[in-house]
Amino acid sequence: MSIMLKITNLHATVAGKEILKGLNLELRAGEIHAIMGPNGAGKSTLGNVLAGREGYEVTQGEVIFNGKNLLELEPEERACEGVFLAFQYPVEIPGVNNTYFLRAALNAQRKYRGEDMLDSVGFLRLVREKLEILHIGDELLHRAVNEGFSGGEKKRNEIFQMAVLEPTLAILDETDSGLDIDALKTVAEGVNRLRSKDRGMIVVTHYQRLLDYIVPDKVHVLADGKLVATGGAELALKLEEQGYAWLEDGGIATLDAQSEVQTARP
Amino acid sequence: MSGETSTIDKMVEQKYRHGFVTDIDSDTIPPGLSTDVIKAISLRKNEPEWLLEWRLNAFKHWLEMEQPDWAHLKIDPIDFQAISYFSEPRSDKDRPKSLDEVDPKLLETYDKLGVPLHERARLAGVAVDAVFDSVSVGTTFKAELKKAGVIFCSFSEAVQDHPELVQKYLGTVVPQRDNFFAALNCAVFTDGSFVFIPKGVRCPMELSTYFRINAAETGQFERTLIVAEEGSHVSYLEGCTAPMRDENQLHAAVVELVALEDANIKYSTVQNWYPGDENGLGGIYNFVTKRGDCRGARSRISWTQVETGSAITWKYPSCILRGDDSVGEFYSVALTNNYQQADTGTKMIHIGRNTRSKIISKGISAGHGQNAYRGLVRITPRAQNARNYTQCDSMLIGKQCGAHTFPYIEVRNPTAKVEHEATTSRIGEDQLFYCLQRGISEEDAVSMIVDGFCKQVFKELPMEFAVEAKALLEVSLEGAVG
Repeated sequence: MSIMLKITNLHATVAGKEILKGLNLELRAGEIHAIMGPNGAGKSTLGNVLAGREGYEVTQGEVIFNGKNLLELEPEERACEGVFLAFQYPVEIPGVNNTYFLRAALNAQRKYRGEDMLDSVGFLRLVREKLEILHIGDELLHRAVNEGFSGGEKKRNEIFQMAVLEPTLAILDETDSGLDIDALKTVAEGVNRLRSKDRGMIVVTHYQRLLDYIVPDKVHVLADGKLVATGGAELALKLEEQGYAWLEDGGIATLDAQSEVQTARP
Repeated sequence: MSGETSTIDKMVEQKYRHGFVTDIDSDTIPPGLSTDVIKAISLRKNEPEWLLEWRLNAFKHWLEMEQPDWAHLKIDPIDFQAISYFSEPRSDKDRPKSLDEVDPKLLETYDKLGVPLHERARLAGVAVDAVFDSVSVGTTFKAELKKAGVIFCSFSEAVQDHPELVQKYLGTVVPQRDNFFAALNCAVFTDGSFVFIPKGVRCPMELSTYFRINAAETGQFERTLIVAEEGSHVSYLEGCTAPMRDENQLHAAVVELVALEDANIKYSTVQNWYPGDENGLGGIYNFVTKRGDCRGARSRISWTQVETGSAITWKYPSCILRGDDSVGEFYSVALTNNYQQADTGTKMIHIGRNTRSKIISKGISAGHGQNAYRGLVRITPRAQNARNYTQCDSMLIGKQCGAHTFPYIEVRNPTAKVEHEATTSRIGEDQLFYCLQRGISEEDAVSMIVDGFCKQVFKELPMEFAVEAKALLEVSLEGAVG
């Protein structure tokens, strides 16, 4: 399958401080990649840089998404091109109905792609369909965007938005943070139902437990602004077992994704 | 983050869309204020002797009063002798009997403003009493209203046709000496609206008036009086825009509402007067006294306002809850952009037993705008079981604007229950980015967030008005983006 996302030597700063220091990543359509790493390694920064958030300045490197230079696009253009960021902290917008918001978003994206706008009947049909796929009720529809939502509801709402917007590339930024095990399962099931051969996903997480439910094709370890190890799902288990500390004394470098984790001591 | 700020700055620098001047010769009394000028106004309007006396009495009081300075406003000195106190379109000499006789240029002005004067008014079932400068030029739906026994006419007409009603209620809610600008209005008011809903009548349609200031250097002093007799209902809509001007124009209106037993008055305002340019030059001074008197038991007065215009707004639509079980409500959205200033709020005076009041205030500040909420809740000793709920939210857009809240609460009865909630938030980089990340443009995102913020107030407005109000906020905030 062709490469959907190719990140080459990405450097980025936040408030003048370099956070990403030469990150390389290739993601093919249909793949799920997990990015793990200690706090402060730059995991959330990667998602924000890809989504185009202000304040995250790319100083070097290149990001090619479906043949386009992603870094040249405005945040809303990236969204319309199919980049979706599931927020670690979904934002409340008081007084704005969740359904209205989502329809505005979907229609903005459809307009960008030269497709017809969906009227409210057509939109509601789509919404019902997605709710069914995700096995979630419609109680979120009638409330204001994330307003007064519990932590679990907020994350479910993110997955629901993802289902409706059908992105090509979904970046899940610590979607498991603050969730109890039941909420975690619900969210993970939702994500699994949205797996498709046309969709790539980057799952950013601090803990391995999410990967018990969302089984990734590859696991990358991000430390100090770079991917320092890459492997299969078993790499996550190893991290869980040994913690991130072994990275520091080990200084691993495993770049062959297909093979097992190799630790090379100098 | 500096990039975002500048984008927002661009967005809020929307040009005032209603800035144009209609070329109609005005018959204007030369600038200046004196008893002679007041006599001249009264004479031109063919007023009865008692009204002239009333005006002159107010003028006497005004001369002894001083312009208040307690508001959170910076006001350049006003030269009251430089203002012309009367102006009317020349075609007034043969006063139009119907819309067909109205100066086409005038109608064109309304067209530009989107005032639904004829077809749209008819379709919407709205009666429009349009005030152009100081004289009413057209009134529709009179016949239908007449059938219901409702009187809806210009204030001048009311003085001629229903002097006993005017005399009975004029100045009974806002006394002549109430404040500096009210006293001035009493002395020199030129026109406005008069509404009378007889006992037990539910007004068959929304009553709507559009005001517009036109002639240069002419202060406009409107006078509105609405009387709802026992058990009657009325919903009144007031909306206005003004053409582009460089000089500051003084506007000091007085609105009095009287609700007798079981009567219900809903008064909605969308105010979009010229706010001045992006450097704070020009714009309307809007110093208004609006007060409703819930005189009868179980009466109810509800104020809803959407204030986006004027260089300076100084306005506190209030309710005197005199009747037992009466209810007062105030719903407000005030937006200040560029160098606009607003000091607005309400007063709820609880006198009767079991009286209830509710205040929902939404202030939005952008650019260098300064927005103050000032509200008084007074529970008098007699007001057993009085209740008040106040919610006062401010939103800041950009970094140079300000929001201020001045709540005054006076409780002199131990059974009272008074609640006050206040929040201030900045339209977040977070909220904006969240919308952008879903594919929504920056411009749409800002108006969506602002609409959401104002929702509690918009839902109190009549349908067409709510649409207009929403559009107005968008016009005031949307900008060069896209």
